Amino acid sequence: MCLGVPGEVLNVQRDPGSGLARGEVRFGGIVKEVNLSYTPEVQPGDYVVVHVGFSISRLNEAEAKKALRYLNQIGALSEQLPDEPPSPE
Amino acid sequence: MKYLDEYRNQALIQRLAEQIKKRATRCWHVMEICGGQTHTLIRSGIDQLLDGIVQPVHGPGCPVCVTPLEKIDRAINVALTPRVTLATYGDMMRVPGSNSDLLHARSRGADVRIVYSPLDALMLAEKHADREIVFFAVGFETTAPANAMSVWLASQKDIPNFSLLVSHVLVPPAIEALLQDEESHIDGFIAPGHVCTVMGFEEYEELARRFSRPFVVAGFEPADLLEALLLLVAMLEENRFTVENQYTRCATRMGNLHARKMIREVFEVTDMKWRGLGTIHRSGFRLKDEYQSFDAEVRFPLDHISTPEPPHCCAGQVLQGKTKPSQCPAFGKECTPERPLGAPMVSSEGACAAYYSFRRFQENCL
Ligand code: SF4
Repeated sequence: MCLGVPGEVLNVQRDPGSGLARGEVRFGGIVKEVNLSYTPEVQPGDYVVVHVGFSISRLNEAEAKKALRYLNQIGALSEQLPDEPPSPE
Repeated sequence: MKYLDEYRNQALIQRLAEQIKKRATRCWHVMEICGGQTHTLIRSGIDQLLDGIVQPVHGPGCPVCVTPLEKIDRAINVALTPRVTLATYGDMMRVPGSNSDLLHARSRGADVRIVYSPLDALMLAEKHADREIVFFAVGFETTAPANAMSVWLASQKDIPNFSLLVSHVLVPPAIEALLQDEESHIDGFIAPGHVCTVMGFEEYEELARRFSRPFVVAGFEPADLLEALLLLVAMLEENRFTVENQYTRCATRMGNLHARKMIREVFEVTDMKWRGLGTIHRSGFRLKDEYQSFDAEVRFPLDHISTPEPPHCCAGQVLQGKTKPSQCPAFGKECTPERPLGAPMVSSEGACAAYYSFRRFQENCL
């Protein structure tokens, strides 16, 4: 039950009275109704992490891209610094 | 799905593992708290990839596994009460109580329903005004916002036939208890990414300072965990004891303020009994006095049910990272996922189930 799953927000409905928000979220091929009240800023097209029917976070795309760039740099770095000297050819 | 494939890329996994091997000058013992992270480590073979470099120690972060027997017995008792429906997550159905489980209770006529969210249980209460609907609210900080909202909505909408059987545990006090135990030798911690997404990680900064241990808040994919291990090994090698955040795409230092506000509205911190770990000071949530009428343990007489832990299952040792699941004498013999003796073999997030599913039958020394 602790596993959060990222999904794409398809639509958002806000209840003006209570301030609660809900919407449909697509996880792969499945669409589920999710309570979005804890991420009131989300818009259709955003990705959210959903736990037991509630989105607990909007997936921060800028941070995700930055992190992946960094990870790929680690890869590039390790390729530039081989453990053993290249064999003479 | 978004940012899952990228973090499962085999070439990236290999390169990160190489970096860790280059950085480490000795074998470091690192505990991941969360059961979801335990599964990723075992399923993706990271434990074997880093054999002798990083020794993963599996922590108590599977909510099903740490729910005390007593709560299971109480849930069964409530479920067998006339005109009551017990709603629960699917994981809880087969967790053995002292002599039965919820699945058996259902076959004996109890109305036990599997739901995906506490809001489904609340809907049942609205639909069946003639029945009492009790939701078995088990979990760490990740499920607390959902459970808090269900109670708040029940009180706003005045739904009198809804209540929670609460068994809510908190991660930081459990880490503190583990670190105070002289028998445990954990050098650093992978902090649970989704718990921190909800609660933030200020409390972990305090633990890092007090106990001189580094923490990295991490996600759940193989590359997330390897990057976290790389950061942890670097901190350990440099004697730096702070908190770093690997899971920046979700978790922030302050967490989700909307969710924290709702948790504070409904719950307060209390002492809590953990399976295998005993009672830990201020390590769980209970409903606040204003919401007591939604507490199933107030609504139903359950105090008479108290159950000692069974002697044959060493789940307590496993949950403290002192014993590997494969070192338990019952593992894979009397205890299998088909006939589990203890909760860590039942739950999809339990360490014993992970070892069994991914065929880690050999004993690794701790
Ligand atoms: S293998 Fe079974 S009996 Fe042993 S600790 Fe795990 S759940 Fe308990």
